[in-house]
Amino acid sequence: MSPRGRLGLFLAGAAVVAALFTVACLGLPPFGGAHHPYGDRAVRAAVRHHTSNAIASVNFDQRALDTLGEETILFSAVLGAVVLLRQTADERRHTPAPAAVRPPIRRFGLLMLPVALAVGLYVVAHGQLSPGGGFQGGVVVATALHLLYIAADYRALERVRPLRPYEIGEAVGEAAYVITGLAAVLAGSAFLANVLPYGTFATLSSGGTVPLLNAAVGMEVACGVVVLLAQFLDQAVQIEGADGGGSDDDGPRGPGRRERA
Amino acid sequence: MTVLPYLVAGWIFLVGVYGLVTSRNLIHAVGCLAVAQSSTYVLLLAVGYRRGGTAPVFSDVPPDRRVVDPVVQALALTDIVVGATVTALLLALVVQLRKRHGTVDPDALSDLKG
Amino acid sequence: MTGTLTDVLVAVALLLVAAAATAAVLNRDPVRQALVLSFLGLSLALLFTFLQAPDVALSQLAVGSAVTPLMILLTVRKVRRRPGDGGPPQGGAGDGRRGAGRDGRPPR
Repeated sequence: MSPRGRLGLFLAGAAVVAALFTVACLGLPPFGGAHHPYGDRAVRAAVRHHTSNAIASVNFDQRALDTLGEETILFSAVLGAVVLLRQTADERRHTPAPAAVRPPIRRFGLLMLPVALAVGLYVVAHGQLSPGGGFQGGVVVATALHLLYIAADYRALERVRPLRPYEIGEAVGEAAYVITGLAAVLAGSAFLANVLPYGTFATLSSGGTVPLLNAAVGMEVACGVVVLLAQFLDQAVQIEGADGGGSDDDGPRGPGRRERA
Repeated sequence: MTVLPYLVAGWIFLVGVYGLVTSRNLIHAVGCLAVAQSSTYVLLLAVGYRRGGTAPVFSDVPPDRRVVDPVVQALALTDIVVGATVTALLLALVVQLRKRHGTVDPDALSDLKG
Repeated sequence: MTGTLTDVLVAVALLLVAAAATAAVLNRDPVRQALVLSFLGLSLALLFTFLQAPDVALSQLAVGSAVTPLMILLTVRKVRRRPGDGGPPQGGAGDGRRGAGRDGRPPR
């Protein structure tokens, strides 16, 4: 189909969608209204299970099975990306040279790295108490590690980030979630039911299984994002394609090459 | 103000789809998909908002405090992280396409297949 | 009084998000799009904070303004790096760092 025809088709479809969507919006309860039946019930259930962050309660207690599904999507997406981005037989790997980093950037990066790591772990650990949890904290931990790429260079990052443990960590995170669910079955309840004692409201050990599932997700997300970014970094920095086009030494194919071409 | 958030969500979705339809670069198309995806977060949170409510966290407020809807927030929260990994999967597919067919232009790809 | 203030803040953040989303789509160069996407993530996080959703805002901040643009930039770099490109000439995506670090070796 020609670009013009495609655009015309889109505009026609978009006009219909826009009209219907606007009509639907006018029929929705007004923004900011007081009628939230599901929200009220979810809040009551969260308080009953001594989980002070109602969102963590929804994710890891009331909808724990759905979160297992989400986690599996994450797991398989990372797996798929690893398979697609692996080094194939016709590709070669070259080691990037050490990069010079300006001292202020280096100092600031090395200063922020432990701070960002600690914040990430704090956010994971306090998921059931304050805003945060495994999903957000895991991403913070994973990105914090990559400050090292900014502060130093790729080789430094590779030294603190041997990929194998992170791959195992991701699988362990996924497995821990399922095992916690199965343990509830063994305890004579339903899969992923909250069987542990609920503890004291608003303390670190409150919420029964919520902190455990939260930690499992935090581990999986942190390791998954690290593995994912590592694959992209490998492809962008290290792995070279086979059709070298005449430059078959270890030389970098940077912007300079393209300028000549 | 009663419908503005819903309409903004609709606008973001349509503008994202417009980018997908007219894109000449698959990386750009993946970015447009991320834009279209973010409309769902706006819509969900707009539906769950309650005037005068605080965040549904009871660490330092009494449990009978008026709060916004936690269910939609939980939905949006997990989807943001999972959506990012799916974006990564799509980008990995783009890298593979570039390796196999030497282009990231979707039109050139359909010419290729015939 | 605080109610109207919140409404105004939410409305401003909504318009900001709509503008950022439009800009992200209209920027056809993926590198610039990644930067605009990062700004979109930031404004979404702001909007979610005003909508009393700190959890979602935190998630959006980490993912939308850091991880997604980073992956897009890395993909651009990988895709444009191959020789015999013939692609768009505005190269150098994410290469600045590496180019600066490669000392003393003239590009052939």
